[in-house]
Amino acid sequence: MTEARLIQGNEACALGAVAAGCRFYAGYPITPSSEIAEYMARHLPTNDGVFVQMEDEISSLGAVIGASFAGVKAMTATSGPGFSLMQEHIGYAVMAEAPCVIVDVMRAGPSTGRPTSPSQGDVMAARWGTHGDHPAIVLTPGSVAEIFELTVRAFNLAEELRMPVIVLYDEVLGHTRETVTLPDQVTTARRPAPTVPPAEFLPKAAGPDGVPPLPAFGDGYRFHVTGLTHDERGFPTDEADEAGKLIRRLHAKVEARRDDIVEVETTACDDAEVVVVAFGIVARAAAEAVAEARARGVRVGLLRPRTIWPFPDREVATITAGASTVLVAEMNLGQVVREVERAVAGSVPVQAILRADGEAIDPETILDALDLQGVSA
Amino acid sequence: MTLVDIRPHLREWAMPHVLCAGCAHGIVGRAFLVAVDRAGIDPDQMVVVAGIGCSSRLVGYLDFCTLHATHGRAPTFATGIKLARPELTVAVFSGDGDGLAIGGNHLIHAARRNIDLTVVLFNNEIYGMTGGQVAPTTQRGAVASTTPRGNTEPAFDSVKLMVGAGASFVARASASEPFTLERIFAEALTHRGFAFVEVLSNCPTYFGRYNRLGDGPEMLVWLTRQDSRVADPLAAKRVVSHLPVPEPPPGLELGILHREERPVFDGRTPG
Repeated sequence: MTEARLIQGNEACALGAVAAGCRFYAGYPITPSSEIAEYMARHLPTNDGVFVQMEDEISSLGAVIGASFAGVKAMTATSGPGFSLMQEHIGYAVMAEAPCVIVDVMRAGPSTGRPTSPSQGDVMAARWGTHGDHPAIVLTPGSVAEIFELTVRAFNLAEELRMPVIVLYDEVLGHTRETVTLPDQVTTARRPAPTVPPAEFLPKAAGPDGVPPLPAFGDGYRFHVTGLTHDERGFPTDEADEAGKLIRRLHAKVEARRDDIVEVETTACDDAEVVVVAFGIVARAAAEAVAEARARGVRVGLLRPRTIWPFPDREVATITAGASTVLVAEMNLGQVVREVERAVAGSVPVQAILRADGEAIDPETILDALDLQGVSA
Repeated sequence: MTLVDIRPHLREWAMPHVLCAGCAHGIVGRAFLVAVDRAGIDPDQMVVVAGIGCSSRLVGYLDFCTLHATHGRAPTFATGIKLARPELTVAVFSGDGDGLAIGGNHLIHAARRNIDLTVVLFNNEIYGMTGGQVAPTTQRGAVASTTPRGNTEPAFDSVKLMVGAGASFVARASASEPFTLERIFAEALTHRGFAFVEVLSNCPTYFGRYNRLGDGPEMLVWLTRQDSRVADPLAAKRVVSHLPVPEPPPGLELGILHREERPVFDGRTPG
C-alpha cells in the first residue's frame, strides 16, 4: 500500500481512472467536475495518454467513444448541464457497445441551477436520460476512497460488458478532501478479444454472456459500427426479429451479471426497526445519525447502495423485510424513494427526507426524522 | 494511370445499397476508394467515420473500419480515434446538413485544431434521408419540402468557413468530374493536418424533382454546367454560376483553394 495522503474526491476519481488503465480523457469544463479534467491534462500527455478539451460535452463523449473503438480505455467527466448534452452519446455507447466511463458530479439543477452546490437530482437522468429502451450501470460512491475504488470498478464493468458505466456522486464528495491510502495496484479488466480470424469475425455475435468480442480499429478486423439497429454482422437491419434480439441482448448481458454489479453496504440492519436508505454524501450523514440513534438505544440501520442502477430492489426488499419503517433520505424531491417503494411493494411503510435546495442533508435532520417515526429504546 | 478495381474495397455482401437511382454519391465514394488505393493505404489501417444522412450511409459499404456515428458528430468520433491511435488514416464522410447545420461546431473545432483528418462533405443542397427539407447549403430561391415557395435564407459557403476556422487543406470539387475528385482526394488523404473537401453532388429524388432539374443524368449535366468553365480545377480559384435562381448566385470556387503547413494537434504534446 502507498502511504496515506490527503486528496480531493475528484482527484481520487482521476487517480482511479489512471489506475484502471484509462489513457484517454476528453472533456469540457464544468463546475464541480473540472478538477478531474485538470488532473488528466497534467498527467496523461506525459504518461502515454491523450488529453483533449473538446468544444462541448456532446463532442467529449463522441471522442471518448472513438478512442474506445481505437482500443484505448477512455473517460469523460461532467455535471448536470453537460450530462444532459451527453445523453445522446450515452445511448450511442449502449447501442454500439462502446466501453467507456462517464462521471457525473451532481450539482443543483434543473438547468444551470446552482453550479457549486450539491444535489442528487440526476438519479433518473442517469437511468433514463437517453431515449429508447436501454440498460444502465450507475455506481454511487460514498467517500473519497470509494470514488477511487468505484471508478476502477466502473472501468472494469465497462470493459467486461462493453457498455458505458456512469459514476455518480455530488459536489460535496467531489470537493471533499480526505486522508486515504490507495492501493499500489488494482485489478483491471479488458474487453473480450475475438477468438476467430478476421474472415470469420461477426462483430456483434455474442457468446453465452451476451458480450460480443471487440477488436480495436487497426488490429486487422475491418468491421462496421453503427447506432442503427443492427444484426450480428453489425450492419443495419429492419428485421423485427433481429431488432428484438439486439435490444433484449443489451439488457440480458447486464441482467446476467446483475448480482455481481449490484452492491449495497448495510450497517446495523439486522434488528433495525427503521432502515434508512441513502447513498453518496447523504449516507455519510445517515451513518452518523444511525450511530447516534444506536447510542441512544434506538434500533436503526443504514442501507447504502454502492450501485444505484440496476436498482438493488431485491436487496432493499430483503434487508427491510423485518423493519417497521423504511426512511429514504436523498437530495432531490423523490427519485430513489419511488424505487424503494417499488422494491418493498407495500410490505413496509416508506417515508422520505427530501431536500433540493442545494444544501446537504445533515445528521440532525435524519435524527429528527427518526424521532418522528416514534421509534423508542 | 491504370484503372483501379475498387471491388476489393467494397462490402458486396451488404448490398444492394440504400442510395437512390441517379444519386451521384456513389461516384464520390468510388473516387475516394480509388484515391485510398492509389495512396497505398493499408485497408486495415483505414478508418472512415460518418454522421447521419444519405452520404453517411455510404461508409457501410466500404471495407475498412467504419463507424456510422450520430448526426453531425462524426468529427468528434474521428478525433478520438485519431488521437488514440495516430497511425490510422482517418476520414469523415458527412453531408451538408450533417456537417454544416447540426455538426457545424464540431467541424470548425476539428479544423481549428488541425487534427490529421480528411473530411469529405457531400453537398447536394438538401436533406435527402428525411425527405427533402431545406439545408444550410440550399441556394436562395430553391424549393424544398420546408421551403415550398423557395428558400429565403442565404446558403453557407463551407470553403470560406473552413479556411476561416483554420483547416490547412481546403478544396471543392464536383461529382461530375470523378478524375479530378480522385486527385483531390489523394492529395487530401496524404495531407498532414485537417483536410476538407466539399463535393458538389446531386439529389434527383428531392432537389432535382422539386426544382425541375431532371433525373440523375440530367443533374450530372447540370453539375457539369456549373464547373465546365473551370479548365483545370486544381489550378486556381474560379467563379461558376450555380442554380438559375432569380437573384445573382453567390458563386462557387472549385479546386484546391487553400493549403498550408501548420502544427497538427495530437493530444500528447504537453500543453
